[in-house]
Amino acid sequence: MGRHFCHLGMDNFGGIKMRRSNEPIWWSLFAAGGVISALFIPILMLITGIVLPFTLTGEEPFIYERIHGAVMHPIIRILVFAIIAFPLFHFAHRFRSILSDIGLLKYRPVISVLCYGSAIIGTILTAIVLWKFK
Amino acid sequence: MSPYIRHYPNTWWLKRRSYFLFMVREFTSIFVAGYCVFLLYFFYKLSQGPEAYYRVIELLKCPLSVILHIIAFIFAVYHSITWFNLTPKIFILRIGEEKLPSFLISGANFIAWVVISAILAWIISVV
Repeated sequence: MGRHFCHLGMDNFGGIKMRRSNEPIWWSLFAAGGVISALFIPILMLITGIVLPFTLTGEEPFIYERIHGAVMHPIIRILVFAIIAFPLFHFAHRFRSILSDIGLLKYRPVISVLCYGSAIIGTILTAIVLWKFK
Repeated sequence: MSPYIRHYPNTWWLKRRSYFLFMVREFTSIFVAGYCVFLLYFFYKLSQGPEAYYRVIELLKCPLSVILHIIAFIFAVYHSITWFNLTPKIFILRIGEEKLPSFLISGANFIAWVVISAILAWIISVV
C-alpha cells in the first residue's frame, strides 16, 4: 500500500495540484548553519572573549600584520565566509519558528521574508567585505 | 475550506521544563547570529587598516565585551551539545540491516568538536 502511495507522487495527488515547497532549501541552509555554529563558534568566542582580552597567549598572536596576512589568503576568507553566512540562515529559520510559536503565526509570511531577508543581506555584506578585502 | 488552527496561550513554553529548554535551544541562535554580526564588523575593520583594527582590539578588552562573550559562549555551547545530540535522529546510518547506535554518531560529533576547537585555537593563538 505504502509503495503505491509513493508512486502517485505528491505533486499531483488525487487530481489536486500541490504547490512545490521551497522549504528544503531553507532547511538545508539551517542544517548547515547548525553544524557550523556548533563546531566553530564556541572556540572563536573563547578566543575573542577570554584569550585575547586577558592576553593568555600574549599580544603577539593578535598583531595586525599577522591576522591581516592570514585573512589575505583566499582559503581563510572562504572559511570565514562560511562561518558567518551559514549561521545567519540557521538563526533565520529558528527565529521564524520562535515568533510563530509565541503567537505570531498569522504573520508568518511577513516574518519569513524579514528573517530570511536579513540572512540574505548579511550574506551579501559578508561577501562584499571579504571580496574587497585588501 | 480553511485549515484548522488550534489556539493555545502564547506562554505555553513556560508550562513545562522540557518546553522551556526547547525555547532556550531556539534562542541560542540569536546569540550565535549576534556574534556572527560582530565577526563581520571585525573583518570589515581589519580591512580598513591597523588603526581601525586596534580600536576593535581595545573594544574587546572592555569588561562589557567580556561579559557579553561569556553569556554568548554559554548559549553557544548549549547549542553545540543539543545539536550533536539531535544529529543521530536526523542522520541515520545503516550497516547492512543494523542501525548504527546513536551514541556513536553523536560521539563522533563531539570528538570533531574538540578536534576542530583545538586546531583553531592552536592556529590562531600559538602558531
